[in-house]
Amino acid sequence: MKTFGGPVLFLDRADINTDEIIPAKYLTEITKQDLKPYILEDLKLEGFDPKGTKTKNARVVVSRANFGCGSSREHAPWVFEVNDITAVVAESFARIFRQNMFNCGMAAIELPKADLDQIFSHAADADACMTIDIEAQTLTVSGNGKQKTFSFELSPFDKALVMAGGWVDYADTKY
Amino acid sequence: MGKTTAEKIFAAHLVDEPFSGTKVLRLDVVLCHEITTPIAIDDLILRGKDRVFDPTRIKAVIDHVTPSKDSKTATQAKILRDWARRQGIKDFFDVGANGVCHALFPEKGFIRPGNTVIMGDSHTCTHGAFGAFAAGVGTTDLEVGILKGVCAFREPRTIRVNVNGSLPKGVYAKDVILTLIGTIGVNGATDRVLEFRGSTIDAMTMESRMTLCNMAIEAGGTSGICMPDMTTVEHLWPFIQGEFASKEAALSEYQKWCSDTDAVYEQTIEIDAASLVPVATFNFKPDQVKAVTEFTDNKVDQVYLGSCTNGRLEDLRIAAQILKGRKLAEHVRGILSPATPKIYREAMKEGLIDIFLDAGFCVTNSTCGACLGMSNGVLAEGEVCASTTNRNFNGRMGKGGMVHLMSPATAAATAIEGKIADPRKYL
Repeated sequence: MKTFGGPVLFLDRADINTDEIIPAKYLTEITKQDLKPYILEDLKLEGFDPKGTKTKNARVVVSRANFGCGSSREHAPWVFEVNDITAVVAESFARIFRQNMFNCGMAAIELPKADLDQIFSHAADADACMTIDIEAQTLTVSGNGKQKTFSFELSPFDKALVMAGGWVDYADTKY
Repeated sequence: MGKTTAEKIFAAHLVDEPFSGTKVLRLDVVLCHEITTPIAIDDLILRGKDRVFDPTRIKAVIDHVTPSKDSKTATQAKILRDWARRQGIKDFFDVGANGVCHALFPEKGFIRPGNTVIMGDSHTCTHGAFGAFAAGVGTTDLEVGILKGVCAFREPRTIRVNVNGSLPKGVYAKDVILTLIGTIGVNGATDRVLEFRGSTIDAMTMESRMTLCNMAIEAGGTSGICMPDMTTVEHLWPFIQGEFASKEAALSEYQKWCSDTDAVYEQTIEIDAASLVPVATFNFKPDQVKAVTEFTDNKVDQVYLGSCTNGRLEDLRIAAQILKGRKLAEHVRGILSPATPKIYREAMKEGLIDIFLDAGFCVTNSTCGACLGMSNGVLAEGEVCASTTNRNFNGRMGKGGMVHLMSPATAAATAIEGKIADPRKYL
């Protein structure tokens, strides 16, 4: 199983698509590692710098609704993975992106809008940090001297994929 | 209680339900292209499992960047090509025979009613036009599909979209689907199947139905689905005539997959075809849609006709009808990419290619290239493209570029005027 948690990168917009996460022109790379410099390159968001320290240090991304919409490219989870970001927390996900995350043994965690509003308002301007306990299905956000824990739902299948380290290993032993 | 088409296909293909709500399905067809497949192939090699579950159920094409534009894309093509040869995949389409996957594979009759289909490409939902469950997946799902012939899904609920009546002049399947996405939003159908029903759909060609289903993903949908009928049978007949005594026999077999009359839907959306107008997208999301008459001052630098959404013969005919005897506006570049070599050839025979060339268009080979800003028509910073494709994300056709999605008719009218134009005055 991968490790989850660490400094948080906040992306405060809905419908962030996989073209923004990794532009199509980099889909000609044939190793995951080669994608590393291009993370979120085309994302235009006030105060966000794809090359900045916040992006570089991040281990978790927190965003809004319909995260990862658009192209099916698994390069989107991969570019997070090679940058040591193993979890995305959002109000909702596009289906293919969500499945790709779990298929790679990464976590796509959904939280209700009210919880995300709290996290954004309390911690988005700070050097926030998140711990994630997949087994207990809880996450804790610390920032601005405050700390708060939220519980999340995870389907038993998605949890099994995270535990198995991804779908290829899971399917290979089972089917 | 009756079942929807998607529910029937899930029930007939169920291999395992490892947990409540997760269904592992047997796959009838696994489609592959050179962008998302090579990493799966390399990973299988690394795992010592360089094999496929059934070479006859795997179809592969080089279509995203073709002919290869540089060493990297040549390597991707080579990995796919070598693998297809090594694994005995006979339905592999290389330079000269290749076209845009979601136009080429249906043209070859590979997708049948009741099929389960996956591909490492989000627009795989196109194939639902044949009464199939067809879903775009990532490389890992594709890898498992190639190796094991299975894929796991949360069983999607179905949204029924009833479209009734005759489409007005200048209004096409593209306007129907853009209007729907504009109504339900870019995540209005996430984890859902969009089932298209009603007299407007019944009257549509397979090409128009594919245009509809193609953009189900732009509303987040897992698959679009149309009911198999005689139009479906007629399209497939050259490929299935050995399997059935008559078209009626094929129809009766295929219609087993139609949703039952007492099937239960999560939601039903009604669209009155007569109320529709030509539309296009503004801004950077496919649900930002308005009537073309509302922004006819918007200038464009390039007009692109092609793609898995609208690069089929019907689309070329519609655009050519408007372009005939007319020229591109000054300072506007026109690019046509017929979606397959067969479409290209038919368009030549019908004189359509001459019309495009006379109008000042550049006609390229069949490729996905420009649609996702990879080749053959990439935009420069600040440029605007009127396009018959399916995504208008910021930078989609080139960093800093802007895309307006529209029907081939609207794109043709726009090409003539150099700004977004109402096609109805040319019809």
